[in-house]
Amino acid sequence: MTQQSIDRREYNITAYTENQVGLLNRIAIIFSRRKINIESLNTSPSEVEGIHRFNIVVVETEEVVRKIARQIEKQVEVLKVYFNPNEDVIWQEMALYKVPTDVIAERALVERLLREHGARAVVIRKDYTVFETTGHREETDKLLTVLQPYGLIEFVRSARIAIIKDSQGFHHKLREFERTEPSHEVSENDYLNSRDKVFTM
Amino acid sequence: MYSNPQPQPAPTSPETAVATTEPATRTLSGAEATLHALLAEDVDTVFGYPGGAIIPIYDALYDFKEQLNHVLVRHEQGGIHAAQGYARSSGKVGVVFATSGPGATNLVTGLADALIDSTPLVCITGQVFAHLLGTDAFQETDILNITTPITKWNHQVTDASEIPEALAKAFYIARSGRPGPVLIDITKNAQMQKADFAPYQPCTHIRSYRPRPVVRPEYVAQAAALINQAKRPLVLWGQGVLLGKAEQEFKQFIEKSGIPAAWTILGAGALPTGHPLNVGMLGMHGNYGPNVLTNECDVLIAIGMRFDDRVTGRLDKYAKQAQVIHLDIDPTEIDKNVKATVPVWGDCKETLPLLTELVEARSYPKWRQRFLDHDAEEIAAVIQDELFPTSDELTMGEVIQQLNELTQGEAIIVTDVGQHQMVACRYAKLNHTRSNITSGGLGTMGFALPAAIGAKYGAPERTVVAVIGDGGIQMTIQELGTIMQTGVNVKILLLNNQFLGMVRQWQELFHDRRYSFVDIASPDYVTVASGYSIAGRRVDNRPELQTALREMLEHPDSFLLEVMVTKENNIFPMVPQGCGVGEIRLK
Repeated sequence: MTQQSIDRREYNITAYTENQVGLLNRIAIIFSRRKINIESLNTSPSEVEGIHRFNIVVVETEEVVRKIARQIEKQVEVLKVYFNPNEDVIWQEMALYKVPTDVIAERALVERLLREHGARAVVIRKDYTVFETTGHREETDKLLTVLQPYGLIEFVRSARIAIIKDSQGFHHKLREFERTEPSHEVSENDYLNSRDKVFTM
Repeated sequence: MYSNPQPQPAPTSPETAVATTEPATRTLSGAEATLHALLAEDVDTVFGYPGGAIIPIYDALYDFKEQLNHVLVRHEQGGIHAAQGYARSSGKVGVVFATSGPGATNLVTGLADALIDSTPLVCITGQVFAHLLGTDAFQETDILNITTPITKWNHQVTDASEIPEALAKAFYIARSGRPGPVLIDITKNAQMQKADFAPYQPCTHIRSYRPRPVVRPEYVAQAAALINQAKRPLVLWGQGVLLGKAEQEFKQFIEKSGIPAAWTILGAGALPTGHPLNVGMLGMHGNYGPNVLTNECDVLIAIGMRFDDRVTGRLDKYAKQAQVIHLDIDPTEIDKNVKATVPVWGDCKETLPLLTELVEARSYPKWRQRFLDHDAEEIAAVIQDELFPTSDELTMGEVIQQLNELTQGEAIIVTDVGQHQMVACRYAKLNHTRSNITSGGLGTMGFALPAAIGAKYGAPERTVVAVIGDGGIQMTIQELGTIMQTGVNVKILLLNNQFLGMVRQWQELFHDRRYSFVDIASPDYVTVASGYSIAGRRVDNRPELQTALREMLEHPDSFLLEVMVTKENNIFPMVPQGCGVGEIRLK
């Protein structure tokens, strides 16, 4: 193992951005250009209307992540970027598990497993039941492993969302930003559904 | 830079105030609004090529012929390189028109070149109707996603009402901060659509974009302290000095501090080549002194340069003994390749005067003598034979030397890529800034001919000499048609060594002289030029060289001079790949 691969660890990149068509690509190619795999990517609103928030997880060295964070922040429509190792963030991922209902009904063990892992039933149908858990990767993984022998039909896990433990600093600036310069509406293509009405060559 | 057409100051009476501060709108097509925006941004020249999806803009242009000079190029790549040449010679934003699909994709090389060389451009591409996006319509291509990695910013407009704001942002982003290319893709319906437009508002601020970093005086003070205790300081400057229009501030800094200064090829000319503190060119084929002494200086002051690998050679053998001060406007450049002891983030137009004030007036006679000693070595080993050869055949260096004698350093030299580029950059005499236009970061062969056309439009009062090799000229030779049609006066100095010379040199030195596909045939260039009604001449001997160069320069119009030079000359000095700058070879 090279020294570099030893120093690689999970980093959580948090980017505050404008809400613009095409920005996801502009950010994604900063990683793909360097052949860095994105382990997880979530885009969502932030606490301030009109300002978007990206949560991106990569496994890399601090040096590489610092440079990437600067490259992201350099983009015209990006306001601010932070990067943190896992210990500096509170993070969660959500997972959904689809299990045959008869297995749960008939086997007390399965019900206990679900309860032990804090799973919650989202949908219960005659043929299947969908459970949900939220937690760290190991927690959602563990339930996946234990359910596998019981006819697990489908599994999906969400991207990671993370909150920086020490992030008071930017919150006020964000509010100030939005107060002094309100966000623009997202500009989208209004013509895609009106093909028949438009003149064509 | 330009006046902001704000409404007139409000009159005293409140009732009339409401009436007059309401800006007068007018009804225009999106295409007309596009051209009005260009005029408001002080654009005088556009390089372009029409096509289906941009016809409405060209239709509107028909009525703007008096105000906007449109140069019809022969290929969109020629158009964008011309716009780059224009931007580099004038310091203004270069503007390009191209149609959708192939017209737009032909811009790709120029966009990549402009991004890596920080050239301000606004490219306007036509696009299929908005309702056809994603249907594989005729000449539809996803140019926004194709160009995302090679533009500073890009944006698609699908509605006429968005045009003025999009263009205002485009110009602001292209020219502010670290400049770069911007592409605005306008769908055909948006060009045709009529809308009511308020008077044009230039963009002066985008909330998520900070092109002008706030200068931190404590870092300037730290930098000055380091400089003031230095024994052997060395300045490396790059294009940032030109982009910041800080040539005067730079000269004052150098002259007060007395520090020898070396340049990257994009920085050439910011300080005249004849200035006593100009110690020459950096990098793989740069001068011997600045390369060797980079590894002996105690404080290295990098100004508006990015430590490109062609400048640094092997990083683990680069200036390890030095404390590094890095002045740059782009924070991603700080610590990217070389760790800075003191980063000075800011526009060098602002930071240099602050630094000049704090540094002591000094001179370093012993240290400067080291550069002169290395120069003497380089002259003996390389330069004498290159500029004043005794062999029968002509060398590239003597052509540039003779050219210098005639131009006296007053011309703009536009170069292509390869051996002739290194020779021209090494030996061209430059008295003025914005006089060396070349494709540095991307190394785009075919750049010079169109870029020279654009450079002449950007600086019509100056002589423009395009120095091109026999490989590069064949990549964009179609632009002779642009010269023919516009009558633009460009001097084409073709250095023909009948090889793709730089690759041949590498094959000779590092691949056992296995000359793999570097033997390139040429047409009769003088005949080709005459087919385009461009005068030309070919020389292959020393006695004729100077008269031929004189004929080229004195000719009232464009002129192509083909000089047959020795076939297998190598460019030295050279820092071989994988070596440190201290291992630079003289032969």
